[in-house]
Amino acid sequence: MLELANVTKLFFPGSPDEKVALSGIHLSLKPGDFMTVIGSNGAGKSTLMNIISGVLTPDFGEVKINGVPVQQLPEYKRSRWIGRVFQDPMAGTAPNMTIEENMAIAYMRGKRRGLIFGVTRSKRHFFREQLERLNLGLEDRLKAKVGQLSGRERQALSLLMATFTQPQILLLDEHTAALDPARAELVTRLTEQIVREMKLTTLMVTHNMEQALRLGNRLIMMDKGRIILNVDEQRKPELTVDKLLREFEQISGHKLADDRVVLG
Amino acid sequence: MFASMLESMPGAIQLGLLYACMSLGVYITYRILDFPDLTVDGSFTTGAAIAAVMITHGYSPWLSTACAFVGGAAAGALTGLLHTKGKINALLSGIIMMIALYSINLRISKLPNLPLIKYETVFTHISPWLLMPIFVIVVKLLLDAFFQTDLGLSLRATGDNARMIRSFGAHTDNTKIIGVSLSNGLVALSGAFVAQEQGYSDQSMGIGMIVIGLAAVIIGEAIFGRRTVFWATLSAIVGMIIYRVVIALALRVPGFKPTDLKVITAVIVIFALVIPTAQRAIRQKRLARRRSAELAAALTGSSAGGDR
Repeated sequence: MLELANVTKLFFPGSPDEKVALSGIHLSLKPGDFMTVIGSNGAGKSTLMNIISGVLTPDFGEVKINGVPVQQLPEYKRSRWIGRVFQDPMAGTAPNMTIEENMAIAYMRGKRRGLIFGVTRSKRHFFREQLERLNLGLEDRLKAKVGQLSGRERQALSLLMATFTQPQILLLDEHTAALDPARAELVTRLTEQIVREMKLTTLMVTHNMEQALRLGNRLIMMDKGRIILNVDEQRKPELTVDKLLREFEQISGHKLADDRVVLG
Repeated sequence: MFASMLESMPGAIQLGLLYACMSLGVYITYRILDFPDLTVDGSFTTGAAIAAVMITHGYSPWLSTACAFVGGAAAGALTGLLHTKGKINALLSGIIMMIALYSINLRISKLPNLPLIKYETVFTHISPWLLMPIFVIVVKLLLDAFFQTDLGLSLRATGDNARMIRSFGAHTDNTKIIGVSLSNGLVALSGAFVAQEQGYSDQSMGIGMIVIGLAAVIIGEAIFGRRTVFWATLSAIVGMIIYRVVIALALRVPGFKPTDLKVITAVIVIFALVIPTAQRAIRQKRLARRRSAELAAALTGSSAGGDR
């Protein structure tokens, strides 16, 4: 489904600030895999997401989706296969457009946008059905501007918009980090439900150790642009936060340094 | 003085309608795409020059007006290309195009001033009083519809949250180019109408157009707001009419000269930009103060009764 082979990315190459953001990353996800990603500050988690989604192109190595190399395709072309939710609740929706208009934009993921009305009666009916799954009452506020929604509502809507067209790959970039714990929990539960129902191949970056262990069937840990631990389906259920932290120190030789980490 | 002010009203309203397509164009770039486009000063004259040259060469005034739209759209597309593919700052790409158009417009019209008095124009058989309101309303409704289509929605999202629309597969370079192109097409259309109505095209008629367009958009928003595209396009049209009326009145005030027009426009735009921002800041502060008073009252407990 998704394969990364020897992916390397440099920031500011040749300058005194040169930084190896990713070095020789190998990663392979099967259809339906749900992988959580944890790591210290500057480990390259977000860079990894940006390389997969096409915001950044790798300096070296290959990215394949369904066996097709895509590393040279720009983001807007790759988005046909990739749904994405950002950390910032403001990032995934257009604030000055209505809920149904935002849904209409998401509905056209990867399709040619022409001169057909974005919101028709039948599409509105479909959008309402989809919004009902969130249990937030948004289906009755189709004409409300998204900017008027709360952070949690916007993030739930972003999640729905990223997924209801059944993308091949779902990328979640700390999408609950900006919410308070109770609201983050609701969005997490929703994520779990949607990923399970739609059997999406998912990659989720998180700072919440407990969440990283609870969700998904696989886990990777990153440090200094490398994957230092790759936990498979069999071993994941046995992991605990303690074991994970100990393992990290053993392999990397230093403590997990993350000012935002939540141990759960 | 009062009588002469009233007398100047119909002319001002008609001018507002002639310039309304221009303010709709400015609305597209300034508000929808969030792209301050200065090409307008050049493309307005481009429209006038193309229409005037074609009319004086015997082409149908309607065909000439349509070609003016195409010419303006081409200029806008070039600005869009400079910005998106050349990675030139939005303001700068508009300025570059504006300067380039100054020479190109002279190439088109050959002369700095082309009289149209003896020729047939779109207004020869239909009075501007009939033609312009219908035309402007049709353009407005077409724009409203366009901004509800899939393509139109992606244009609006480009100005609202470019990162989001890219993650849904729209190429924001293309949406920007389409938007700036459409905008300058409308501006050139306005130039073509103005030239035909006043009976000549002039090399310098576009100077200051962008500021006039901004004035119209901002004045209109102050009155109608911009809750939806429907209201926003309406406010761009009405804003232009009000602007023309205000200018006409100002010029009747003793002491003002016609050459003061640009400084009056600049002052209107400054006020229209500063006042809403200041109002919002004051309202925010008042709201914050009231809310913190409420919260403090709630904290002091139920002993005080707590009327909220």
